[in-house]
Amino acid sequence: MTNQKNGISRRSFLKGSVAAGAALSAPALWVQGAYAGGHGFRNDPTNKATVTLGFNVPQTGAYADEGADELRAFKLAVKHLNGEGDGGMMQTMKPMNLKGNGILGKKVDFVTGDTQTKSDAARASAKRMIEKDGVIMFSGGSSSGVAIAVQALAQEMGTIFMAGLTHSNDTTGKDRRRYGFRHFFNAHMSGAALAPVLQAEYGDDRQVYHLTADYTWGWSQEESIQKATAAQANWKTVNAVRTPLGAGDFSQYITPVLNSGADTLVLNHYGKDMVNSLTQAVQFGLLDKQVNGKDFQVVVPLFSRLMAQGAGESIKGIIGSTGWNWSLQDAGSQAFTKSFGQEYGFPPSQAAHTCYCQTLLYADAVERAGTFDPVQVIKALEDHEFDGMGNGPSLYRGADHQVFKNVLVVRGNQNPSSQFDLLSVVDIVDRDQVTYSPDLYAGDLGPYKV
Amino acid sequence: MDAIFLQILNGLDKGGAYALIALGLTLIFGTLGVVNFAHGALFMLGAFCAVTVNKVITLSAKVRDESVTFFEAYKDVPYLEMWLGDTGSLIIDWSIPISLVVAIPVMLGVGLAMERGLIRHFYKRPHADQILVTFGLAIVLQEIVKAFYGANPIPQTAPDFFSGTVNLGGLIGMDLTYPTWRLVYFIFSMGIIASVFSFLQFTTFGMVVRAGMADRETVQLLGINITKRFSVVFGLAAVVSGLAGLMYTPILPPDYHMGMDFLVLSFVVVVVGGMGSLPGAVAAGFLLGILQSLASMTEVKSIFPGIDQIIIYLIAMIVLLVRPRGLMGRKGVMED
Repeated sequence: MTNQKNGISRRSFLKGSVAAGAALSAPALWVQGAYAGGHGFRNDPTNKATVTLGFNVPQTGAYADEGADELRAFKLAVKHLNGEGDGGMMQTMKPMNLKGNGILGKKVDFVTGDTQTKSDAARASAKRMIEKDGVIMFSGGSSSGVAIAVQALAQEMGTIFMAGLTHSNDTTGKDRRRYGFRHFFNAHMSGAALAPVLQAEYGDDRQVYHLTADYTWGWSQEESIQKATAAQANWKTVNAVRTPLGAGDFSQYITPVLNSGADTLVLNHYGKDMVNSLTQAVQFGLLDKQVNGKDFQVVVPLFSRLMAQGAGESIKGIIGSTGWNWSLQDAGSQAFTKSFGQEYGFPPSQAAHTCYCQTLLYADAVERAGTFDPVQVIKALEDHEFDGMGNGPSLYRGADHQVFKNVLVVRGNQNPSSQFDLLSVVDIVDRDQVTYSPDLYAGDLGPYKV
Repeated sequence: MDAIFLQILNGLDKGGAYALIALGLTLIFGTLGVVNFAHGALFMLGAFCAVTVNKVITLSAKVRDESVTFFEAYKDVPYLEMWLGDTGSLIIDWSIPISLVVAIPVMLGVGLAMERGLIRHFYKRPHADQILVTFGLAIVLQEIVKAFYGANPIPQTAPDFFSGTVNLGGLIGMDLTYPTWRLVYFIFSMGIIASVFSFLQFTTFGMVVRAGMADRETVQLLGINITKRFSVVFGLAAVVSGLAGLMYTPILPPDYHMGMDFLVLSFVVVVVGGMGSLPGAVAAGFLLGILQSLASMTEVKSIFPGIDQIIIYLIAMIVLLVRPRGLMGRKGVMED
């Protein structure tokens, strides 16, 4: 019965098949073991001394600067949750159920991952955190493509994802998920906040050229800005050109703007892409031009202090929106800035702020729910009203898991008073002005129990 | 019309980079017969010469920033500025031209070490082996740079003197504003190309190299150590690519992967220009740079959406179908 040609006997073939079958089914057995606590949810830490959170941020790629700052904020939040340091926003957050003894008395531990600003890498990293490291919640972001991809994974795996920096309408719109929550504002809110300011600053009837990062966030922002400025000030789009994420050299996209008849350039770019495209737009002399009898203007709908730092002189005078800025004078912002500054020697970015808030909001929801069971924690977060976290009274809307809060319109500071004073706040737009119906970007959250 | 001129200018500086890399690739292929996939890594190493020099001359002390009262903040103040004042600031401002002086011997050394240490063992091996070993070498070099400098782009700035724009249209009555450094890059690449051609055309060394490229055996029979000269040519090609990368840093912030991004395009340039043809490599570099830029024009893209992403490969396909040896390719090269 021996197959002389291949040197494999029937018996050894059968043995090999059984061994291979056992090996292949092993991961499924381990995953089943994740529910072994008997409480019916994944990675239940009830019988452990610690609880593990996963921080999945871009450590490489176009959004690496934001990722590095997000990680700093997560580490600071863990420190504060465990009762170390000055407590930061735990002194100002309302309602506040955290006691500085971890979460439900369990010391908080964490693991980190690199999303590489790529959806597949981010999903693999998040999956490893859930399956291997046993995280009860994971967070992070800086790309809406990534956030949407890992949010879908969160739903599949039944593990809560507290999104970091993601600005596309889709994250809490058509791609919303029951297990995904966003504290950061979105493109619709940017449009709603910016349009009146842009009208007041630059007037009506402008001809606009959009350069747009070619993925969900870019498309979303382009659409929101177009709609808001058209309705508010009759701005018309001359052309909208998609650029690849991480293009580096944008010159070939900027030169056509010069002869397009446009008098305004909207850069729907973020992170290093925005730094490069804005710097190159200024190098090509766009801001020195006059078109249609008007001074040429550049608008960056979403920007942050980190980007202002990278863009240097080019950002001065440029208008955009931002989720939060360290210079805000409310008690929550000041407590967080002081705590972060003492830890790292510089103020936090908006990405750091949203990640810090998300960690505290999750921990607080667990305390209020009295359990780590994600279904109960989700219910505790839904329609939760909170304050003292830097953006005034805020709501975690249950219908789409989007936080509604005040939005800032900022301008690149012409005369900074310090090395960090790069953005000046033009307007703090009230939450009611940026609130919209959950049906505007319809989507299905999916079930509580998965 | 202004738009077309601008896109042509744009294509010329991008084409300058393609042409310089392709020139180095062709030099190596024409002399040593090696298909060097590590050539993009040399472009990247040159860029990182600028980064390294900048890091050295901006070594800084941490000084308390009194303007921040919220927490203890510190500013990085370069030692050169502390010690030399305005002269120190000027040196830092001119770090890219300064790094040119450093990069020439460094890149020559890297090229010679690469050729003597590894590539010479593959001269008589099939092209597939050469491609594999040089590709592997490129990955090793990339990973070394990544280990030292991280994976993220490190922006470099041109000297203040070259940071603005020039209006080129004054002479011809057009509104042609163009960034000064991009113009500097184009002029620089033309200068390097002219120097390489002059070196090969008007020096005894160049004459021997050209003779070796035409008939290596006969030159050796005359008692000339052509291998040694070809090693120097490898070093020269490394310098050309390195300087191309170095000068490109204010246009594109360098990262460890930039060489690979340019390498693929540069191979297309070499193939379009004709394997082994130096003028072909240069002409194809500029031609493809310009065509890529023109393809980005709104008018073109409205007719052929997405054409800017594929134009180079489309042209390569057409050229290879119509002229299988490339624009200026010679018979018998890589046809054995």
